[in-house]
Amino acid sequence: MDLLENLALGLSTALLLQNVLWCFVGVLLGTMVGVLPGIGPTATVAMLLPITFSFEPVTALIMLAGIYYGAQYGGSTTAILINLPGESSAAVTALDGHEMARQGRAGAALATAAIGSFIAGTVATVVLAVAAPPLARVALQFGPAEYFALVLFGLIVSIALARGTALKALAMIFLGVLLGTVGQDIYTGTPRFTFDQRELYGGIDFVSVAVGMFGVAEILRNLENEQTRTAIVDKVRNLWPTREDRRRIVAPILRGTGLGAALGVLPGGGHVLASFTSYAVEKRISKRPQEFGHGAIEGVAGPESANNAAAQTSFIPLLTLGLPAHPVMALMIGAFIVHGITPGPNVITDEPALFWGLIASMWIGNVLLVLLNLPLIGMWVRMLRIPYQVLFPMIILFASIGTYSLGFNAYDVYAIVLFGLLGYILIKCGCEPAPLLLGFVLGPLLEENLRRALIISRGDATVFLTRPISAVLLALSVAALALSVLPAIRKRREQVFTEDE
Amino acid sequence: MEHRRSFPDVLAGGIFVLIGGAFVVGSLGYELGTPLRMGPGAFPLLVGALVAALGLAIVVKGLVAGEMIDFGTIPWRAVAVITLALMFFGFTVRGLGFVPTSAVTALLTTLASKHVRPLTAVVVAAGLTVASTLIFVVGLQLRIPLWGPWLGF
Repeated sequence: MDLLENLALGLSTALLLQNVLWCFVGVLLGTMVGVLPGIGPTATVAMLLPITFSFEPVTALIMLAGIYYGAQYGGSTTAILINLPGESSAAVTALDGHEMARQGRAGAALATAAIGSFIAGTVATVVLAVAAPPLARVALQFGPAEYFALVLFGLIVSIALARGTALKALAMIFLGVLLGTVGQDIYTGTPRFTFDQRELYGGIDFVSVAVGMFGVAEILRNLENEQTRTAIVDKVRNLWPTREDRRRIVAPILRGTGLGAALGVLPGGGHVLASFTSYAVEKRISKRPQEFGHGAIEGVAGPESANNAAAQTSFIPLLTLGLPAHPVMALMIGAFIVHGITPGPNVITDEPALFWGLIASMWIGNVLLVLLNLPLIGMWVRMLRIPYQVLFPMIILFASIGTYSLGFNAYDVYAIVLFGLLGYILIKCGCEPAPLLLGFVLGPLLEENLRRALIISRGDATVFLTRPISAVLLALSVAALALSVLPAIRKRREQVFTEDE
Repeated sequence: MEHRRSFPDVLAGGIFVLIGGAFVVGSLGYELGTPLRMGPGAFPLLVGALVAALGLAIVVKGLVAGEMIDFGTIPWRAVAVITLALMFFGFTVRGLGFVPTSAVTALLTTLASKHVRPLTAVVVAAGLTVASTLIFVVGLQLRIPLWGPWLGF
């Protein structure tokens, strides 16, 4: 049994004291930023990335991954208690979860979310362990033409899932790709768009882009209309769901897990789509659809499981193809590269301890999250009382220190200002920042494989269409593009995202 | 809703046209090469033109059938203060050292809020300076001197 052996290797890595410790720090921080409005996992991972450079690679990745799925968890706590989803995927949880809290059943809602997330996380971790190796073997056959088509496909699919208009999302992606070309050209070494500043030869650091677009821009948005947050929450009682509740949540949890595990693989926001889809499914097949929106426990169990399962399986494209499905994964690519590991199909064979250790750590992280969230729920509620006036200076200061410590380069700090302002204006105009970051990280890959494929084919551009895998991927990209631009389908897509919001 | 003209659409499109265009102009200064051996300028030229074209489409769409987005207000005070704080950090961290730079950056940032009270600002700034020194320099062994050469150390 290969799988068992591999999982044993993974567990033995993940259970090393330092790894458990940093996994704990990761999920703790993740829950914290998930609970706190105004800062998300992307900005947090970006700020903390530099300090992980001195860690062992596996430890660094375990902690960063913990922040990501911990945040999904924390986001649902605030969604249920104060109707304020800390994360976009928790927006659906707020519908019925907060209604339950108002009926005095906050405890049952929180417990359902925790149990659902735990089961989903466990199943999805197994899915990840089973599905990743064969996919990586397929990916090893990929040449530059296939990689070019795959990256393009990933980018296009991510807009089909983004909110807002497809046109703007598309423009954001390619703006990201364009910004990624700053710095020395990979083949000739010519410095491009560097204005003769030696500091820019290495390109713009993606941490600056992420901190600016997700950290600073978000703060500016929050400062637009300052209100004092009122978080009046009763003490949470009766944590344990009743027998009736337990009976009602089993099927939604399982369905949500399946949906989430499947949709999580999609680039660009599979976890948001998964939780919305799961809610729609539960509402449709329920015998009591009229209860939805009025505190139906199925409306918490399904989406919460879906979103957590998706958070786990969204690591599949990262670990097998080197393609990030979420801005946080894009930052993790950076973490891989800093440690001299090229993310992609080779990781599984070259670094088995890292690969399986990361997967096993996700299961451990899920256990830690249940332990952290259920008994300590009072602490998280109290955290909501931290005034924003303390929070945002802290974010700005930690962002500048974190970014500066990347390479002790003041230009990285100036870049935060630039991308913060640019991001702020673009977000205000209805453009999503996530596609830009994905484009920025994947842009150099796109260019490298395009040029390499053309060199190998002796300048014959038809190579992308004559190689079957690449042709299929390009056809799928065109189809995805058409789907997201065509008005009729777009209307449906908007329905999915705005339903009951 | 006359004409459904949308200012945010036009602005966003304009930004894309501007940046895309700038990259196109810039990339013309580099060798373009042939399809077989693309030069350093070819890819940015292609993508820059694409961004500019998409931006143009967004502008046109914004003029005829724009997306209705509430642009809202701009917190000018916060924009100015945060920009200043970050620039200050980048400019002085090497010269002044970690502690003074963090303190000033934190203090400046607290001023971004309209409801800030002087005492709160000082307390928050002091607290954050101590916390970040403990976390980053003591805890994580970040190699930034606490006090910089500009202070005569």
